[in-house]
Amino acid sequence: MKKNLFALLVVLMLGWAAYASFFVAPTENTMGVIQRIFYLHMPSAIVAFCAFLVTFVANLLYVFRRQQRWDWLAVSAAEVGLAYITVVLITGPIWAHPVWGIWWTWDARLTSTFVLWLLYISYLLLRTLIEDPHRRALASAVYGIFAFLDVPLVHMSIRWWRTQHPQPVLMGGPGTGLDSRMKIVLLYSFIALLSLMIFLVRQRYELEAMRGQADVLRREAEAA
Amino acid sequence: MALLQTTATLFNKELRTELRSRELITTTIVFIVLVVVLFSFTFDPTSTESRRFGPGLLWLAFLFAASLMLQPCFLREQLNDTLSAVRMASPDPFAIFLAKLAANTMFLLLTELLMLPVFAVLYNVPVWHVLPSLALVLFSGSLGICVAGTGVAAISAQARMRELLLPLLLLPLLSPVLIASTEATAALLAGQPVLRLDWVGFLAAFDLVFLTALWLFGEFLLEE
Repeated sequence: MKKNLFALLVVLMLGWAAYASFFVAPTENTMGVIQRIFYLHMPSAIVAFCAFLVTFVANLLYVFRRQQRWDWLAVSAAEVGLAYITVVLITGPIWAHPVWGIWWTWDARLTSTFVLWLLYISYLLLRTLIEDPHRRALASAVYGIFAFLDVPLVHMSIRWWRTQHPQPVLMGGPGTGLDSRMKIVLLYSFIALLSLMIFLVRQRYELEAMRGQADVLRREAEAA
Repeated sequence: MALLQTTATLFNKELRTELRSRELITTTIVFIVLVVVLFSFTFDPTSTESRRFGPGLLWLAFLFAASLMLQPCFLREQLNDTLSAVRMASPDPFAIFLAKLAANTMFLLLTELLMLPVFAVLYNVPVWHVLPSLALVLFSGSLGICVAGTGVAAISAQARMRELLLPLLLLPLLSPVLIASTEATAALLAGQPVLRLDWVGFLAAFDLVFLTALWLFGEFLLEE
């Protein structure tokens, strides 16, 4: 009941965020209608990062506490985060093509997002290749920690190397900033996408927990 | 102090294992020569073109060679389950990592130094006048490759399809090292050679971050 209610709430919020980004937010002056993809693109990136942060914390907790639920949380958040990053990587070129005239450029933020995507694909791939649940949890937790520590290094190195992506529009210093209506729509989208992330991670966590229990039962049956 | 002593003993063991067969160093050298030759087909290897593509080519070759070379450091131990013996014998599990890391870095540096003249001759890039600075870049870059690589080798050794998995796990982690070493090498091989201390410093930071991570989390990878 509670879960269904939450699902309904998430759907309503997403619907409202979509409506707001089309009809409430003003059309941007230079880029026109295409700029509205921003309300999906940027919040997805932040939400993905939140999900990877959850994975990192869960990895750390697993390493020190050794409770399976942290492993379940880590993989759930990593999968959902990967889905969000994929959304960012798809909406980015759709926006870039009419505005920059190219689909993709090897700029700092684009490239580091791409590397981030690859890192977490590797993380999930590693998990599929270790049978023993305890060993899988521990090895992937350490790799997850390595991957997360790598993220700022990747970002910094690529930033020194090249940059084309627009400077941050929020808190980016004088001369930057958004129309207040845009800010509100951005906030709606962020909250809606964040709630969706929480909902998906919860669902995925339950699935993983059931898988874990099924695995234990199978082992017991084999041993008996 | 005890840590250093154990490390030295284990390092000796690594050296002796390698010197008895010499299989790692020879195969790696052949691999790098192959890559260097094959790359010459992909662009016109004149002096100016080589200066443009050479540093990246060189580091890609080193990176791929390292991802092959790092495989056996834990796999070798599995054959006769010698890792359990080593683990029981050493008071600090970090010493096992340190010894393997030192041995791997030494082997990689050795092959790099042997390959440098070959590269210089074949691609028409003079390297002698910048050799000391280049050695510094080679050292900090190779240390970064081996620090992350030794940890990831311990992870991939526990999985199925480990030979394929190691490069998949390692290469995205090492993208900052590739960028920094390539940029630093390119600056050294340019018409006006400069030692880019910012990139060398970046490499040192990478080495430090992953060495600390290995120190904190490496022991969990050696658990039974």
